[in-house]
Amino acid sequence: MPSTLTTFGYPSLDELRSSPGYPARERAEKGPVAVIECVQEIPCNPCETACPRGAIRVGIPITNLPALDADKCTGCGVCIPKCPGLAIFALDMTYSATEAALSFPHEYLPLPRPGDVVVAVDRGGKAVCASRVLRVSDRPANDRTAVVTIAIPKEHADRVRGIARRSEGNDIG
Amino acid sequence: MRIVHHPVLGEQPAARTVEVTVDGRKVVAREGETIAAALMAAGIKVHRYTRRKGAPRGLFCAIGQCTDCVMIVNGMPNVRTCVTPVADGMTVETQRGGGPAQAGGNTRRRSAGSGDRVRDGDD
Amino acid sequence: MTEFDVAVIGAGPAGLAASIEAARRGCRVLLMDSNLRPGGQLVKQIHKFFGSKEHRAGTRGIDIAVGLHREALEAGVVFWPDTSVYGVFPGGALGAVRGMLGGEPRGVVVRASTLILATGASENAVNFPGWTLPGVMGAGAAQTMINVERVLPGRKVLMVGSGNVGLIVSYQLMQAGADVEAVVEALPRVGGYGVHAAKISRAGVPILTSHTVLRAFGETEITGAEIARIDESWTPVPGTSRRVDADLICIAAGLRPYARLAMLAGCRMTYSSALGGWLPLHDRAMRTSVPGVYVAGDVGGVEEASTALEEGRIAGISASERLGMIGAADAARDREEAEARLSSLRMGPFGRPRYDAKEAIYEEGANACPRP
Ligand SMILES: Cc1cc2nc3c(=O)[nH]c(=O)nc-3n(C[C@H](O)[C@H](O)[C@H](O)COP(=O)(O)OP(=O)(O)OC[C@H]3O[C@@H](n4cnc5c(N)ncnc54)[C@H](O)[C@@H]3O)c2cc1C
Ligand code: SF4
Ligand code: SF4
Ligand code: FES
Repeated sequence: MPSTLTTFGYPSLDELRSSPGYPARERAEKGPVAVIECVQEIPCNPCETACPRGAIRVGIPITNLPALDADKCTGCGVCIPKCPGLAIFALDMTYSATEAALSFPHEYLPLPRPGDVVVAVDRGGKAVCASRVLRVSDRPANDRTAVVTIAIPKEHADRVRGIARRSEGNDIG
Repeated sequence: MRIVHHPVLGEQPAARTVEVTVDGRKVVAREGETIAAALMAAGIKVHRYTRRKGAPRGLFCAIGQCTDCVMIVNGMPNVRTCVTPVADGMTVETQRGGGPAQAGGNTRRRSAGSGDRVRDGDD
Repeated sequence: MTEFDVAVIGAGPAGLAASIEAARRGCRVLLMDSNLRPGGQLVKQIHKFFGSKEHRAGTRGIDIAVGLHREALEAGVVFWPDTSVYGVFPGGALGAVRGMLGGEPRGVVVRASTLILATGASENAVNFPGWTLPGVMGAGAAQTMINVERVLPGRKVLMVGSGNVGLIVSYQLMQAGADVEAVVEALPRVGGYGVHAAKISRAGVPILTSHTVLRAFGETEITGAEIARIDESWTPVPGTSRRVDADLICIAAGLRPYARLAMLAGCRMTYSSALGGWLPLHDRAMRTSVPGVYVAGDVGGVEEASTALEEGRIAGISASERLGMIGAADAARDREEAEARLSSLRMGPFGRPRYDAKEAIYEEGANACPRP
């Protein structure tokens, strides 16, 4: 089954919307919610174990796709750093009148700082727009997967999934 | 090219350094690392030249299986630099063919649990 | 000469799990590995692993290794690092060399009535003109350099192969500070998990399916490569070739069972393309065709750490049964849980082909592998 994901390496919106982890537009408009971009049946379930509200279900067999119960989900983002696929995001369409807040996992250096203006990118790494860093969470419980939250224009909420990687953070000497 | 900061592994911890001489050049290495790592940190990529064609070889498997990385260490040829730790005062030389007077013989015999791969017959 | 009940060769997840289960059931277990640190492939895996709680999923590979090692020591397993096993002699004796990495190498002979082979897998190669130049290396080698030695083998990387290894090592090279120019994949589809591919796509790495490397450029070290699109018959499409500048080309062309010792031990071999190639025939309880010799993990078919752990558990239980530490009924019951988890891991589009291949091997093995 050729798909955008298997041909190019990232899923199309259609592939995502037909998976059980992608919240409906109407739900997203109401407030913070998780966005799970995991559309292949792989043997994995830490997302299910991580959610304190039981909003993600994988069940048995472990290769089931993760299904999001958007009514139970509060968009808290606890599941984001637990997913080994770095495939979970959180979206808050109510952040302001014009902007949405997007949280995503980030494991590169340099780590952005709140207030930084950075380039937001889409699933294929293409620059989409400028964004403002709102929060950076690097708590010990995240186990070295930082969760970065940025503000982006609402119209890009379905497209933006991260920030441009910069390659100068490791101080190669 | 040492990786000083790393998002998962953190800062490179301090280590004692040792000095090795590579083809006459002094190279500072971290105690405990392999010769191959010290060379790579110093930007040295060619470890040896093959016997027949004189083709350059460098690190390939990094686990002691392919023998591409062998060099002359303290006068002994055919030492697999990817699994041999550095030591202070060590001399390391680029190897040409089997080394001086083909001493040391078959490189593959030296490596237990290895010898699975010969890259193009031109050892 | 040193005597143990069970000798386990290879301290990856399979060997560690096997050692723990056997030691907990009262066997005297010796675990050997040619590396200094236990964990096998795990010692260079700095990403969080798939699987479920039973496999410590969500934990980074390096940390899984530390946890398993601790459990093994608590269970009374004797661990010999820096010990390369080179021979299996008739009557169950093993020849090994200790101290190749540190100190003076010395030969030892180990005697154990039961042997568990957990020697893992080795990397496949692909040839193209220039592939022997310095700067072309196995993806596993690059991973060892960045994550174990903390030295960057190149700043501009071309990755050949889009299986999980190619995708994960690409990601980790970027975490280490390199730029990955492209991943080329000869097949028309990405080989590894979509989530791993999506991770590097977000960082702007193009994954070029139906592409191959035609040659590497460079005199004494590589400076780049020529890549091109290929058609269904793997022929380069005219007009599509282009140069990619790179100072590192990594080959991630898959893994195959590292079965040398199994062959030396006289195990009957069988072939499975879904599991990486030739592997020692075995049954569901991980018995091989040679009485007292068991296999577990990638050596019995290349899969994942989670499956390696479960197979290791099963092999450890079977070894304990053979040594009379537990009865046949208890052994069967203990194995059952792990078997159920294994089946569940081998589902979905990636797992199903491995499930089918393993079932065929178990079936063949049921007749060829003697029960105690
Ligand atoms: C880049 C990469 C990423 C991966 N990511 C994941 C993941 O996210 N999730 C997952 O579940 N799996 C993952 N895997 C797969 C997983 O690492 C392996 O399937 C697993 O490690 C296999 O375990 P094992 O115990 O069979 O073998 P290994 O881990 O390979 O261990 C074998 C050990 O045997 C030793 N050995 C071999 N021969 C001898 C000898 N003659 N004498 C002494 N010692 C010997 C070797 O030194 C080695 O330490 C990944 C693998 C790679 C390469
Ligand atoms: S965002 Fe919070 S509530 Fe929603 S699925 Fe994740 S952990 Fe559960
Ligand atoms: S933890 Fe992540 S990769 Fe694993 S099943 Fe859940 S969403 Fe998919
Ligand atoms: S790179 Fe050292 S033996 Fe292969």
